[in-house]
Amino acid sequence: MAEFLAYLIAGIATGAIYALAAIGFTLVWQTSQTINFAQGEFVMLPAVLILLAIKLFGAPIWLGALIGIAAFILIFGVGFKLAVVDPMIRHGVLPLAIATMALSIIMKEGAKDGFSAEAQKFPSFVPTETISVFGAAISLQHVAIIAVAFAVIGLLQWFVGSTRLGRQMQATAQNPTVARILGIPVERMVLLTFVINAALAVVASVLISPIYLAKFSNGEVIGLFAFIAAIVGGFNQVRGALVGGLIVGIVDSMAAAYISTSYRLAVPLVLLVVVILVKPEGLMGRKEERRV
Amino acid sequence: MTAPATHSAAPAARRLPLPAFVDGTLLTLVAAAVILWFVPSGMGRYGTYVLSLWLVMSVAVMGLNLTLGYAGLKSLAQAAFMGIGAYATALLTSKVGLNWYASFAISGLLTFAVGLVLGFPALRVKAHYLAFVTLAFSTLIWLVLRNEQWLTGGVFGLSNIPRPSFFGLKLDGALAFHRFVVVVTFLLAVVLWWMIRSPWGRAFTALRENPIRAASLGIDTRMYTLLAFAIGSAYAGFAGALYAPLVEFIDPSPFSLSQSFFLLLMVVAGGAGYLLGPFIGALLGVVLPEWLRFAGSLYLIIFAAIVMLLLIACPQGMSGLLERGWAKLTSKKEGAR
Repeated sequence: MAEFLAYLIAGIATGAIYALAAIGFTLVWQTSQTINFAQGEFVMLPAVLILLAIKLFGAPIWLGALIGIAAFILIFGVGFKLAVVDPMIRHGVLPLAIATMALSIIMKEGAKDGFSAEAQKFPSFVPTETISVFGAAISLQHVAIIAVAFAVIGLLQWFVGSTRLGRQMQATAQNPTVARILGIPVERMVLLTFVINAALAVVASVLISPIYLAKFSNGEVIGLFAFIAAIVGGFNQVRGALVGGLIVGIVDSMAAAYISTSYRLAVPLVLLVVVILVKPEGLMGRKEERRV
Repeated sequence: MTAPATHSAAPAARRLPLPAFVDGTLLTLVAAAVILWFVPSGMGRYGTYVLSLWLVMSVAVMGLNLTLGYAGLKSLAQAAFMGIGAYATALLTSKVGLNWYASFAISGLLTFAVGLVLGFPALRVKAHYLAFVTLAFSTLIWLVLRNEQWLTGGVFGLSNIPRPSFFGLKLDGALAFHRFVVVVTFLLAVVLWWMIRSPWGRAFTALRENPIRAASLGIDTRMYTLLAFAIGSAYAGFAGALYAPLVEFIDPSPFSLSQSFFLLLMVVAGGAGYLLGPFIGALLGVVLPEWLRFAGSLYLIIFAAIVMLLLIACPQGMSGLLERGWAKLTSKKEGAR
């Protein structure tokens, strides 16, 4: 039982990371029809940029973090939208999706060549010891991840649901044409979702990298699980992405503990296929109508 | 409202009124096959190997071109399908002792069947779900290749894969095997050329242009998309069956998810929806990095960046660029757009 509790906490913690990535993925999909296949690399890169800034400028950690985060949000929030999505969306959704695959290769290989092919230690912003709860060894890091991730997601929900700006963003996602008629600056709202996506990726990256270490190939698994989380939860629902992320994280943790470590990746994949077969609109999703 | 029209209208408008151009495609294929038959005689073992590798990758890219370029589906498992073909052929020829031709057929059938099984649930929902199902499948195959040591040799892979013989003629030498690859690739390309010209192939294109309209014209949309995907996957199986005896040693790494991404980029670079596009794409993706050895792994970044630029400037890829250039030269005003 104690063991189970520890695995559950670990699962919720990684699930919260997947949820952050999946929420960003869903937001970007909703507002601009961009299926971002580089989402995993988006979570990998901020940590690498932070370490790079520390190494290059000899900066203290806080300054390095500031430079790395600012650079990431500028390039992969604003720049991604302006330089990749805008010129390509007029050709349709398919070329854009492929462009994000190209981007993922560039980010991964760039991190490998420009930074390091080896996993690098990433400083933790919280204490790393474990505490004992009901006889279970719970890592404080996991608890901190859960607390921060949920705080961020709660903040996002509040922003989207209760502020003027957030509601404008939501209107843009639901129906850009009507939003434009109502005088909402649609372009700026779309840009805002890309910045939020980048910011969520930064949070996920800073939270997960002390555990997984900063490595160029980290994005593969995180990206895969973020996709699965988004689909399992419901492709067009922010709430769905949260639920999907947690489910995938817990399933992954339990699979590693009780089924097989070498096939832990396979269990969420099976979950994905089952959901697509049984409830293709996702657990929290609504059926989409087909428009000609 | 239908945005994808700009992306895909151009090749169709070109192809439909000009059957003469399609014959040009066939002539190009024949000429290229003849040239490739003779060209490596002075190139040495390694140069010949690179040429053969180019053709083998072209077969996989051709299949993906059918899936992506003609049917408009994203498959992220082309490298995994190639892996299935390669491992099946390697195991059947080296462990079971079956001849290569039977293994080749089995590899194709196997990947075709897996394509059907994977595509059926995904395409039931929506075209882009295929991307996610194949993404998952890609990872699963990679896990199996790496973990099931008793069958696949795990990370150590399989070695001593025999090369086929042709009516008693041994094809062990680099040049002899290259010529064999040329013939097989040529045949596979001609089959695809024929398939796309057939009424059946026209249905694929109709489907990509406007799926709902195609459905209202009585085309069984789901069946056709599913078949396009399964045939595209079978081509990856064929490519794998050629790849295994070519490199004579296989391990899981060339069949990973990033390799599937890379194959997709090759389709786009060459020109999605052009029959000869895959050869150009594979040339850029496989042969050019061999010549540009000094660039090392930077080449991947350069290649991906080139593809992104192409997608912005000319989504029809290199084939589209060549066509534009040709139209400029012959000053056909309506062709240049």
